[in-house]
Amino acid sequence: MKHLSRRKLITTGLAATAGVTGLGVATHLAHKYGLVPPDGGGIYGPGETLTYAAQRLLTRHSLAREFSPVEISAKPLANELAPFSDEFKRFQADKFTDWRLAIDGLVDRPASFSVSQIKSYPSRSHITEIGCEEGWTYIAEWIGTPLSHVLDLVGVKPHAKYVVYFSIEPDWWESMDMADALHPQTLLTYGMNGDDLPVGFGGPLRMRLTRQIGYKNVKFVNRLTLTDNLKPFGKGTGGANSDGGYAWYAGI
Amino acid sequence: MATLGSAPTPVDASLPIASPAAVATTPAPRHSLLVRVTHWLFTLCFFALLVTGIEILISHPRFYWGETGNINMSPLFKIPIPSSRNLVPTGYGYVLPDQNGWSRYLHFQAAWLVVFTGLLYALHGFFSGHFRKRLLPGPEHLSRKNLSAAILSHLRFEPPAEAEAHSYNVLQRLAYAFAIFAMFPMMIWTGLAMSPAFTSAFPVTVTILGGHQSARTLHFLLTIAFVLFLFVHLLMIFLAGFFHRTRAMITGRVNNRADS
Ligand code: HEM
Ligand code: HEM
Repeated sequence: MKHLSRRKLITTGLAATAGVTGLGVATHLAHKYGLVPPDGGGIYGPGETLTYAAQRLLTRHSLAREFSPVEISAKPLANELAPFSDEFKRFQADKFTDWRLAIDGLVDRPASFSVSQIKSYPSRSHITEIGCEEGWTYIAEWIGTPLSHVLDLVGVKPHAKYVVYFSIEPDWWESMDMADALHPQTLLTYGMNGDDLPVGFGGPLRMRLTRQIGYKNVKFVNRLTLTDNLKPFGKGTGGANSDGGYAWYAGI
Repeated sequence: MATLGSAPTPVDASLPIASPAAVATTPAPRHSLLVRVTHWLFTLCFFALLVTGIEILISHPRFYWGETGNINMSPLFKIPIPSSRNLVPTGYGYVLPDQNGWSRYLHFQAAWLVVFTGLLYALHGFFSGHFRKRLLPGPEHLSRKNLSAAILSHLRFEPPAEAEAHSYNVLQRLAYAFAIFAMFPMMIWTGLAMSPAFTSAFPVTVTILGGHQSARTLHFLLTIAFVLFLFVHLLMIFLAGFFHRTRAMITGRVNNRADS
């Protein structure tokens, strides 16, 4: 019924071959340069991989927008929290003096740090916006030690690809790639708006990533592990939220 | 003419293989294959984006203007529906199940597909002359006489003239051009302006909109605009003959005998 000319058949054939080859080459390159997220398989894999790869290529070093002090939200919003565990309450009763951050995995010198040790390292602060995946946002000043500084102290092995970070509270952990781990705005946060970080906002220690949304900013962090493989953790998708059906990379 | 990308211009008819007889029995399709494929891909993505967008919306059915917004701040407006989060004071005594995980995955995947589809359609539209010749209104369409005649006949719900089965009238051209060149790019822009990673590289994309929450509010208002467009689009197609018009958009052909 349809009248196809030979020229059209040849062009269509060539275009299709080029397309398939191009896709193959792109997939190969994406794997080679670490542009495939841990949840890059499955039905939503193509979209996630495109988002992650595009944003890694465009934003590897870019800094999240910083605001002026007058723009700090008068009423920031601490999200709801599950009731605290007894373990957390014991630390809280002691004003977190015994709180420690342990770092292990692919590092030269596994170590653990107290909050006052972390506070004695060079600090950095930034006034940035944090947004929840539900759609709401607020701006605050975040004060902490760049994660990269603490990672330098323990010596990250060259083949480490991810930092997995855990809250003291059960089922609360996430992971990030080295681009975010070494990013200058990524802070082990202990202060907010010129004061100690309130418990509602994650005190004594919160992981703060400026270019991903709220759920990657785990509260009450007490352990980091460096790894080149996320499979052994939880269901293997690299975080409690991605195990629960959310995207691992949350830069949108 | 099952060709991708080439416009059904008379040039096709002069290709060496095509015999004069074949040309006579296969007239240029009403809608080229590329326009049809991209239209239906767009429609598919649109419904995926709409459903998942609404799922995302119910986790915080409040909209703000400016940079920040949360339940401690007064909203620009609220949608009076229950929420999927306990945090939001909706006045309803219950909380809907959280569907944001797959909704966000699908929203962003469909967003990629719709962007590629839109690019393909726009490149084709510009280079094949489709936009210039068949979609954008020309001076002859925009004369006051033609405009008022079109508006009057629409107000009287008159069935379209025979010629309109083969070409778009001026109001249609204006509406399509607005959707393609204003609403669609704005949708992508306001979507990207909500990404903290994207705006770290291109901060002006969000600052000139007035901030993150303004981008979110505009994204939502554009959703309403698209739904209104779709409503009128479908109403017009019903008035013109849903079956014939939709078949022409699927197969590319107008059946003249059956056409009104
Ligand atoms: C016609 C197509 C589209 C429709 C109908 C649509 C609809 C919606 C709706 C209703 C929301 C919920 C608003 C909220 O509560 O935040 C939303 C959120 C969103 N959409 Fe779309 N959208 C469309 C296309 C796009 C595109 C093309 C992009 C990306 C370029 C995009 C990116 C987003 C983002 C990033 C969010 C916010 C998610 C969050 O709150 O974190 N959308 N969309
Ligand atoms: C929000 C979703 C939609 C948008 C933005 C949209 C947009 C458009 C545009 C821009 C055109 C002109 C295409 C061109 O010639 O380049 C068109 C044509 C058409 N669309 Fe849609 N469309 C949508 C959904 C639908 C749906 C659900 C149907 C279902 C029947 C439909 C049926 C048609 C038909 C039949 C035509 C040809 C009109 C004619 O021959 O007069 N569209 N649409």
